[in-house]
Amino acid sequence: MLSAFYNIAPEHKLRVIAPDVGGGFGSKIYIYPEEMVALWASKKVNRPVKWTGDRSEAFLTDAHGRDHVSKAEIAFDKDNKILGLRVKTHANFGAYMSLFSSAVPTYLYATLLSGQYVIPAIYAEVIGVYTNTTPVDAYRGAGRPEASYLLERMMETAARQLKVDPTELRKKNFINQFPYQTPVIMAYDVGDFHASIDAAMKAIDYAGFPARKAKAKASGKLRGIGVSCYIEACGIAPSKAVGSLGAGVGLWESAEIRVNPVGTIEVLTGSHSHGQGHETTFCQIIAERLGVPISQVSIVHGDTDKVQFGMGTYGSRSIAVGGAAIVKAMEKVEAKAKKIAAHALEASESDIVIENGEFKVTGTDKAIALPMVALAAYTAHNLPDGMEPGLKETAFYDPTNFTFPAGAYICELEVDPGTGKTTFVDFVAADDFGRLINPMIVEGQVHGGLAQGIGQALLEGAVYDDTGQLVTASFMDYTMPRADDLPSFQLSHTTTLCPGNPLGVKGCGEAGAIGASAAVINAITDAIGNNKLEMPATPDRVWHAIHG
Amino acid sequence: MYETNYHRASSIDDAVAQFGRGAESKFLSGGQTLLPVMKQRLAAPSDVIDVAKIKDMVGIDVSGDTVTIKAATTHYDVAQSDAVQKAIPALANLASMIGDPAVRYRGTIGGSLANNDPAADYPAAVLALGATIKTNKRSITADDFFKGLFTTALEDGEIITQVAFPIPAKAGYAKFPNPASRFALTGVFVAKTKSGDVRVTATGASQSGVMRVGPIEQALKANWAASALDSVTIAASGLLADIHGSADYRANLVKVMGQRAVTAAG
Amino acid sequence: MSTVKLTVNGRAVSVDVEDRTLLVHLLRENLNLTGTHVGCDTSQCGACVVHVDGRAVKSCTMLAGQAAGSNVTTIEGLAKGDELHPMQAAFRDNHGLQCGYCTPGMIMSAVDIVHRHGGKLDEETVRHELEGNICRCTGYHNIVKAVLDAAGRMKVAQAAE
Ligand SMILES: Cc1cc2nc3c(=O)[nH]c(=O)nc-3n(C[C@H](O)[C@H](O)[C@H](O)COP(=O)(O)OP(=O)(O)OC[C@H]3O[C@@H](n4cnc5c(N)ncnc54)[C@H](O)[C@@H]3O)c2cc1C
Ligand code: FES
Ligand code: FES
Repeated sequence: MLSAFYNIAPEHKLRVIAPDVGGGFGSKIYIYPEEMVALWASKKVNRPVKWTGDRSEAFLTDAHGRDHVSKAEIAFDKDNKILGLRVKTHANFGAYMSLFSSAVPTYLYATLLSGQYVIPAIYAEVIGVYTNTTPVDAYRGAGRPEASYLLERMMETAARQLKVDPTELRKKNFINQFPYQTPVIMAYDVGDFHASIDAAMKAIDYAGFPARKAKAKASGKLRGIGVSCYIEACGIAPSKAVGSLGAGVGLWESAEIRVNPVGTIEVLTGSHSHGQGHETTFCQIIAERLGVPISQVSIVHGDTDKVQFGMGTYGSRSIAVGGAAIVKAMEKVEAKAKKIAAHALEASESDIVIENGEFKVTGTDKAIALPMVALAAYTAHNLPDGMEPGLKETAFYDPTNFTFPAGAYICELEVDPGTGKTTFVDFVAADDFGRLINPMIVEGQVHGGLAQGIGQALLEGAVYDDTGQLVTASFMDYTMPRADDLPSFQLSHTTTLCPGNPLGVKGCGEAGAIGASAAVINAITDAIGNNKLEMPATPDRVWHAIHG
Repeated sequence: MYETNYHRASSIDDAVAQFGRGAESKFLSGGQTLLPVMKQRLAAPSDVIDVAKIKDMVGIDVSGDTVTIKAATTHYDVAQSDAVQKAIPALANLASMIGDPAVRYRGTIGGSLANNDPAADYPAAVLALGATIKTNKRSITADDFFKGLFTTALEDGEIITQVAFPIPAKAGYAKFPNPASRFALTGVFVAKTKSGDVRVTATGASQSGVMRVGPIEQALKANWAASALDSVTIAASGLLADIHGSADYRANLVKVMGQRAVTAAG
Repeated sequence: MSTVKLTVNGRAVSVDVEDRTLLVHLLRENLNLTGTHVGCDTSQCGACVVHVDGRAVKSCTMLAGQAAGSNVTTIEGLAKGDELHPMQAAFRDNHGLQCGYCTPGMIMSAVDIVHRHGGKLDEETVRHELEGNICRCTGYHNIVKAVLDAAGRMKVAQAAE
């Protein structure tokens, strides 16, 4: 980017090293003016330049997220089947165009307005507006949280007006057959929405809620329950399609696998890790394929002198696209290694299997360990005729379709009518991410996403005063979720394997942030019996919604 | 942060003398207010005089009808003090609600009172309990001490040495924290003195800092019970309004927190 | 400029710094102990928490001079050689960190919480006590789990000593 679009220096003269950079969530994708200025200043004075941004500056200048004003209408037939959805959205871009500003409320938003439902007709009109705020760009979920929030608030509102149970209304309208072509571009490949909502309802004891509500009422608390069934699209693809939509880059990912002469393995990935645990998950993929200890595998990322090219980590694409690139590269490495092993063992290549770090001839006890194969590759004393020395392969993976993680979230909470304060009772999440490679890491991603979705619903928001000053310019006024604002989460998983990539994975990084907000607001509005409530639902706003 | 000179005072007299030598000196106690303000370049004292390690400035004493807390005693030490917990449990409870554990380990009562943040907790207790603020020069009653937002009766170079709280018959504090800063969006302290007088204060609510709440005092004088406040209305005029709470919301909080404070007081 | 003498992770150090130097900057820039982080400018995030004379405080809200003569422990001083402190081990085992930015401060605060409450910690207390430590990644779920886990381990370790 710095070379191609900003003309800072040609690629071979430019090195970006960004190892542990703290969490990203979108805001670190963009190239900020401060970075340009630091580079410019360094050239000017011919010395290294260090620039440190403080938190208040970050609030002022880092891209903000999610600023929509929407008007939506939904129509049902007499059997409560959806007939159509009409949406008009004004999306704030802020004062300047940022990298994805225009894509977020269009390609990433309107294309998901079908949600988990059969909606025969969808009309969406999005008007992007420039204002005097900080640029608004992709933030964990980027467009999908906005779509999901709108639709799930509509479904809940419709259920209340139609006087049917909100879970019943959703189930009645779920898409049951896959692949499914929505009217808004997306072709969902696979899913099981009933499985997720059933799992969530069971986990929270949905049937027992009315009794719990009555009990809470006796102690002066308003209890509510809220549902949100989200679907999202990860791993934006294929490159040809995004190119036709005007994107300046392709959206593939690269991987290079180097088997060193001693048999240790280095994976160079263009997908950067800043807390997502690539170091674990990516290594695990390789360790499991080869049957070697995970300590033999290491990940290299975040240095442009080491990793030639990559598209990065965003849109929950790392495993679905970056992981798939690793698998492709591994396939090449394994194919070559098998040839070397077959040659060394004087066996036929098709008889070689990989087990516990060894290349074995099936049905015999003949085997050669990976380090010996690697050594053979690099000594090149005894390779098959015409084979190049070395054991190192690169692959680029360009997906054929998005992946579609989906799930159901249910939130139960209590509102204190005296103060308008919301307290969580329970929060359950049932997600379908396809195959889980490392469940602990996946759950960590969901926890963090839920916290951001809940933060958006209850606490967080960028507020400007009448003169255009940012009021929420420090943690004194910007309400970051703290440990005591949040509950522990009950997670569960249902699985339909993604047919579109070799791992069967879908991506899990943004789901929590996409699905949680609607569940929270649906629950609060259920508790207080007033459907008119804006995010963030501060105690002040909730109290006013109760008392008028 | 702008440049400054740091001095550690060995005694109260030394602190006062050092203060006099600087062009624009400030006392530094826990630093939990002064340093954030200096970091943001909103204050630029030429000299900071550290009073926190002065022996005569730290400690808690309960004798007769009075709890005396020396000015550089930390919020943590007040919250943990058995003596305070026994004599005025509401005061220990209030101290345990200030900021977070790290702030309570360093922040002090003297610094909090000298700063008189309109959303700070201690001023509510000091005013409701009718405490006396002692300085190197004089004694100032709570009624005379607080002079509006971030303003007190302290003169330049005057140092708070201790605060003397008369032990009440009953007292309670209820705080509704600002969701972002965790200072008081509104905190209400109710106290019934041993002579039967009722004093009620609110912090975080008023545009002019900590205030007495007349209507609640009247109601509680007639009947010391949370339900006595059911019919009380608090006027929104003169109350703070910001993104965390409108004036009418704060007015409601004064009443609701007042009720909860009475319940806590028993 | 003043010379500040203090003990950091058991080692006596003497550093010449400007009077306005914050303890966190002395640690990071003069002693190269970059495990202690700075996450805000309003003393609210807790990324900078270290122990000063056994108490968990925000090193961004203390002048280096205020720490003179004190005993400071940073995240680097917690492990015994190669053996992680039980709190560090619990964070690792429970996936209590993602990007790791908040982690040093979290761990230093958490050790202090366990010291104060002993083994009598429950989830609500841990959540309340972590009020001064902000994390953007984990949703706190696994941090709370790790602290409770470590409280148990530290009790066992103490009993063994
Ligand atoms: C994250 C955070 C959260 C907080 N939350 C709360 C909260 O919820 N409620 C609350 O009430 N407070 C809160 N505070 C403020 C905290 O209580 C401070 O400790 C307190 O307000 C100031 O005390 P200090 O000892 O730190 O004073 P310092 O910061 O050292 O000094 C503050 C001011 O008082 C002056 N001063 C100090 N000591 C004396 C003295 N003995 N005589 C005369 N002048 C003196 C100083 O010159 C300075 O102007 C919070 C602070 C932080 C950083
Ligand atoms: S750096 Fe945020 S509290 Fe110290
Ligand atoms: S792990 Fe990233 S901020 Fe806590």
